[in-house]
Amino acid sequence: MSEKDPVHRNGAPDGFEDPGLEPHRHRQSDVDPRAAQRAERQVVGLLVLSIVAAIGGVVGYFLFPAGETLGQIRLGNTALGLGLGLGMLGIGLAAVHWAKTLMNDTEQIEQRHEIRSDDGARAGAVEKLQAGIADANVARRPLLKGALASAVVLAPLPFVLPLIGNLTPDWDVTRFGYTAWRNKPAGAPGRRLAIDPSGDPIRAADVTIGSTFHVIPHDLGEFPGEDHFLDEKAKAVVLMVRMHPDEMMVSPGREDWSYHGIVAYSKVCTHVGCPVALYEQNTKHVLCPCHQSTFDLADEARVLFGPANRALPQLPISVDEEGYLIATSDFHEPVGPSYWERLR
Amino acid sequence: MTTQSRSQQEPGGPGAAAAADFLDQRTGIAKAVKEFARKIFPDHWSFLLGEVALYSFVVLVLTGVFLALYFDPSMAEVHYPDDALPVTMQGVEMSRAFASTLHISFHVTGGLLMRQIHHWAALLFMAAIVVHMFRIFFTGAFRKPREINWLIGFTLMLLGLVAGLTGYSLPDDVLSGNGLRITDGVVRAVPVIGTLTSLAIFGGEFPGTVVIPRFFALHILLIPGLIIALVSAHLMLVVVHKHTQYPGPGRTERNVVGFPLFPVYVAKAGGFFFVVFGVLALMGGLLSINPVWNYGPYDPSPVSAGSQPDWYMLFLDGALRLMPGNTEIVVLGYTLSLNVLIPGMVVPGILFGFLGLYPFIEAVATGDRREHHLLDRPRNAPVRTALGVAILTAFILLAVAGGLDLIAMQFRLDVFHVIWAFRVALFVLPVVGFIVTKRIALALQRRDRELVLHGHETGRVVQLENGEFKEVHRPLTPHERWTLVSFKSYRPLEIEPAADAHGIPRPGYEKDRRRQRLSRFFFEDRVEPVTPAELDAAHAEHAAVAPAERAEIGAH
Repeated sequence: MSEKDPVHRNGAPDGFEDPGLEPHRHRQSDVDPRAAQRAERQVVGLLVLSIVAAIGGVVGYFLFPAGETLGQIRLGNTALGLGLGLGMLGIGLAAVHWAKTLMNDTEQIEQRHEIRSDDGARAGAVEKLQAGIADANVARRPLLKGALASAVVLAPLPFVLPLIGNLTPDWDVTRFGYTAWRNKPAGAPGRRLAIDPSGDPIRAADVTIGSTFHVIPHDLGEFPGEDHFLDEKAKAVVLMVRMHPDEMMVSPGREDWSYHGIVAYSKVCTHVGCPVALYEQNTKHVLCPCHQSTFDLADEARVLFGPANRALPQLPISVDEEGYLIATSDFHEPVGPSYWERLR
Repeated sequence: MTTQSRSQQEPGGPGAAAAADFLDQRTGIAKAVKEFARKIFPDHWSFLLGEVALYSFVVLVLTGVFLALYFDPSMAEVHYPDDALPVTMQGVEMSRAFASTLHISFHVTGGLLMRQIHHWAALLFMAAIVVHMFRIFFTGAFRKPREINWLIGFTLMLLGLVAGLTGYSLPDDVLSGNGLRITDGVVRAVPVIGTLTSLAIFGGEFPGTVVIPRFFALHILLIPGLIIALVSAHLMLVVVHKHTQYPGPGRTERNVVGFPLFPVYVAKAGGFFFVVFGVLALMGGLLSINPVWNYGPYDPSPVSAGSQPDWYMLFLDGALRLMPGNTEIVVLGYTLSLNVLIPGMVVPGILFGFLGLYPFIEAVATGDRREHHLLDRPRNAPVRTALGVAILTAFILLAVAGGLDLIAMQFRLDVFHVIWAFRVALFVLPVVGFIVTKRIALALQRRDRELVLHGHETGRVVQLENGEFKEVHRPLTPHERWTLVSFKSYRPLEIEPAADAHGIPRPGYEKDRRRQRLSRFFFEDRVEPVTPAELDAAHAEHAAVAPAERAEIGAH
């Protein structure tokens, strides 16, 4: 190969010549036997550190078994971590130090070869494949090829179908459209609101102005179709606050959805579903801690700012004869993040 | 050759010779040893980054096996025993997954250590992959013949993200449950199949009772299996291609300069595995991570402010925060949540897509079809370096935006203002980063030229015969010079005219023109390496100094 070969010259302009490898520089440990001995002692020292640490870790394992006290667990974790860590680190640093100080560090050169096969090999490959095709005797048998292709496409279906098809017991998307608030005790005007997580029902009289309640349906899990408590809770959680009735804006049709300034909104963010939990009493704003969507509870939980698009759905509430807050119906729209069939 | 005569030459004595003979007669391994034992690898600290990723993965597998022996991937509800630690969780209702996570942490000696090493290793794994990837990017190591290996590595990065997401969800604590909630929200935003996909993932509604066992299967079987397969392919291609090397004297496109695998890299790379394991074990022993007992089991109701995902997911979380909500639209009665779809899928799709396809984009711009085994110094590819910085800027901005609530809190700023600042910055800063980086790269190239032409400043000022003062410059050694002049400065592609001599429009002209525009974007601004003629001219200019310099050197 010529020195003028542009590949060899890596694009350098004509005239400059690659001066070749720089002359080898000897290390201290190559020329001074004492430096080499020192390096050897350092390597041995690191290995001794590793041995000591490993033994220490084993001792720690027996000295601080888990499950007794928090302090002991912490000590055991530290002892094992130090033992394992220094044990490994000692070996690693010793090996690297050995390689850097004591192993031959003369640079060596190996030639590369083009990745591409040479023309002979390529022709040989094509020839073999053609011979194989000829042997297979498929050239003028379109029916066979078609049948094979069809079979190969169809044969995986009995595998794929159960694989995908069983992922959910049904593909019913309407369930996103309702919550446990639609269930109510027989004969009752509505389902009571209860405190999350205690489950105690809430009397309207106990809700003072400015207070905030985290609410779940009363007796959640006791009604048919509420077998999965967390699934139901995840949809039905509600944030309830009380403000002065004249501070609130109420749109037509929602006049009877609140009770003396007590309003209840879905706590599931309409963005991607985090619980909107941060209520600021002065501004009546509620903020989602995940992505900072901000809703105005004084204005029917309209979006003020952030990545959410829709207001938090409002839960229509009232009180029953005993003075407990009840939901008079389910939410009037699906709660939580949007989805394709949401308005269908 | 008989065993007898061979044992004379074997270094390990007759025992080793017998073992080697046994093995070779059954595997023919001597051929492989002969081929690979002294294979040469070049040396550079930046070649360690991929090793960090590989070794973190090994640590993940080892600690993962330990955890799998004690973890119970079930969402069945249990009450945590009244005699088990920690006290705060006694009697609390939780899933078996969460209970077994507590059990591993508090009742299995070394269990907490393994959990913490596993989590730290996951963070390091992703960090090493990303840094390794950008080392490849900035040095042009993705060029022919390594484009396929770039794509394999790129896929490995995506698999790492999925492995992280599925693993993070397993303990079933409040934070991991909220992460799943957000995942569900993003999946539901996908048009047509989003809702059905959500149903399929959770086996019904969120959170359901199947997602953790399903993620467990993906996390410990499918994803690591794919990672192992792709890592094997990745490394095999490294052996086939031989490692790239940085440019310098004696290093060419046709050779590899370095040290032999055995013993140097057996010691260095093998030793480095122990270093990575050791550092991760120290981190697991000394630094607390993901203390799930402080968060409590998953409950859809509570969430605390300032909850961030693991760092490699921050960019997605940040993108979700920045998108204005009013971009959700309704088409023919179907809801299209562009406010989630764009940050959750489109933006990462564009950023990752560009990154994944970059080797092919650059190949179109250069029109270069040759193999490249010498790395570029980043300054010698100004537009590539600038594009890399622009993409990194975008990713880092999105990741930082993932903590914008913390920024607002720490600096007592209005969160709305912070969001708006990030929205603007996301469009402005990558462009600024591009321009500034390109200018810096070009300036560094010009500095290299100056250095080649005029040599090192020595700080010695001499007076010439005509009274002029001049600083003496020491010319570069041929070795120093070679590193600075041996690079290719591409020029924009030249294409054939739109019409031939007879005025007949040439088919394919439009395509060529688009290529040329891309090529101009890349190579319009460029700095050529110094030519020998230029160097000679510069030397002639300095010639007047030379006698004085010689005189002074002589005096020393």
